[in-house]
Amino acid sequence: MTVRDLIPVLVLVGLAALLPLVVTASPVLNFLVFMLIVALGAQGWNILGGFGGQFSFGHAAFFGTGAYATAILQLRWGVNAWAGLAAAVAAGGAVGWAIGFLSFRSGLRGSYFALVTLAFAEVFRILANAAPLTGGAAGLLIGLDVRPANLQFADRAVFYWLVLGFVAAVLVLTRWIQRSRFGAQLVAVRENEDAAKALGVDSLRVKLRAIALSGAVTALAGGLYAQYFLYIDANIAYGGWISVELLLAPIIGGVGTVFGPVVGALTLHGLGEVAKQFAGRIPGIDLIVFGTVLVLAVAFARGGILGLLERLRDRGVGMLPPSAKSRTAKEVPNAGR
Amino acid sequence: MLVVDSVSKRFGGLMAVDGASLTVTPGSIIGLIGPNGAGKTTLFSMISGFIAPTDGGIRFEGADITAEEPHRRAARGIGRTFQIVQPFAGLTVCENIAVGAYLRHAKRADAIARARAVAQRVGLGPELDRPAGGLTVAGRKRLELARALATEPKLLLLDEVLAGLNPSEIRDIIPVIRGIRDEGVTILMIEHVMQAVMTLCEHVHVLAQGRMIAEGPPAAVCADARVIEAYLGHGAAARLAAEGAAHG
Ligand SMILES: Nc1ncnc2c1ncn2[C@@H]1O[C@H](COP(=O)(O)OP(=O)(O)OP(=O)(O)O)[C@@H](O)[C@H]1O
Ligand SMILES: [Mg+2]
Repeated sequence: MTVRDLIPVLVLVGLAALLPLVVTASPVLNFLVFMLIVALGAQGWNILGGFGGQFSFGHAAFFGTGAYATAILQLRWGVNAWAGLAAAVAAGGAVGWAIGFLSFRSGLRGSYFALVTLAFAEVFRILANAAPLTGGAAGLLIGLDVRPANLQFADRAVFYWLVLGFVAAVLVLTRWIQRSRFGAQLVAVRENEDAAKALGVDSLRVKLRAIALSGAVTALAGGLYAQYFLYIDANIAYGGWISVELLLAPIIGGVGTVFGPVVGALTLHGLGEVAKQFAGRIPGIDLIVFGTVLVLAVAFARGGILGLLERLRDRGVGMLPPSAKSRTAKEVPNAGR
Repeated sequence: MLVVDSVSKRFGGLMAVDGASLTVTPGSIIGLIGPNGAGKTTLFSMISGFIAPTDGGIRFEGADITAEEPHRRAARGIGRTFQIVQPFAGLTVCENIAVGAYLRHAKRADAIARARAVAQRVGLGPELDRPAGGLTVAGRKRLELARALATEPKLLLLDEVLAGLNPSEIRDIIPVIRGIRDEGVTILMIEHVMQAVMTLCEHVHVLAQGRMIAEGPPAAVCADARVIEAYLGHGAAARLAAEGAAHG
């Protein structure tokens, strides 16, 4: 991987980093941080679902594990928050590997695999809702103690930069996957597992690496969520809502692409927020927007927004250079209509 | 280098392969022929590890590989193509071949370079950056061959790579296959195109209804009464001989 490969990442992240200098209102920053956390979790989903073709309906299992690991380690054992976050990443990887081991080794694929992940997330949710360790139905409250060493900052912008930094790191990681042997083998398994095996690809190992990596990244998002909002319960951390978010963002942005999950999260939440501003009194308007965007994406933009842009470019309509793809991404839902 | 020792495969009530044995010596092109449904592809699947034999054993370069996983066998140097082509449809031709090349070349630049060289070799050079899903039948067959070749196999199992090609395409690819052998790759090929079997193979095995019924040089095997009967039905050999005598 050369520096040239990373220029789009650097440019976009650099621009995004300037945002808190322009907007300082807390609600806006809260919104941006939340959106980035979803984007980060979705990047995790994309490693397994996008590159590996193993669609998970239960990535909440990893998000929640990360959130609970961060919170529990601090609250029950007084572990430092940063160390807690690192442990959350490890826990996410381990849970991913374990779920992968159980399901891939027994040859589960496609909708069966999706259902098994959903089941794991549900079981975790029910357990977390009952167990004393996780605070039961009352959830866990991380005490307010604003110190950088505690991973709590007086200025919301700092947390925004922190999450943005992680998103950038995973963009680089994803780019690396795309250009590596591991990535080529993972995509090969997605496209045709038997053909991949015949070419010497250890498909089980490749899938296990992918799900562990995927779980680790999504757990990082969960840990950051817990640390920013300082409260989690089973329905937040292991809830179906997050599984859906993490799956929708890449599908809408472009599965198996580097920027897809980020573009998708931005589009979904951007449009949802705009809709709320204009039709705030209608409850659930953002969900209607989610649904509409999803239907549009599936009907008109196989391969998501980035896929659509690529096709427009190939047809010479947009005349976009590759690096301009994501910059213009937000305009596309209108173009699709 | 390859020893197949009376392997059998039963699918429910059907003996697809029934105690078939076969030995492949290095440096040769060996043919495996037989009527439709004889069990040829099933035998290949057992050699490459996709189907576990019900009975019997398989050895490669002295090691017992009967229970080994397909990717391990590929790493040992057994490459195969699929009769029903299995392209990575969403990837380009180059990316398809690179997956094979990555087996021996960890670095992307090396794997891509290797993939390009192999593509050139089998005549896919101009198609390198096209999506594999858009290739013609002939193109897909070449891609199967290229991917397997990119793994740098010692033994290459070719399952009807000529089927579906027109005579001029067949004429183009025959020298390619011979060239692969000349570079030291041993080839075991299933083929229905007899013209190709005659020109390429030094030795031919005949499988019918799961059993090995004959082996030898291609010309001798084609004249074998058991082989003619397997293809044309019971009594065919005698009928042909009688007709030959009447006309002669
Ligand atoms: N997975 C399977 N399950 C059940 N039966 C199978 C399976 N695979 C093959 N068979 C049967 O086993 C027999 C041998 O099939 P195989 O594909 O090995 O024949 P073949 O010699 O390759 O034929 P062809 O020349 O048509 O390719 C056939 O009767 C086929 O229907
Ligand atoms: Mg066959």
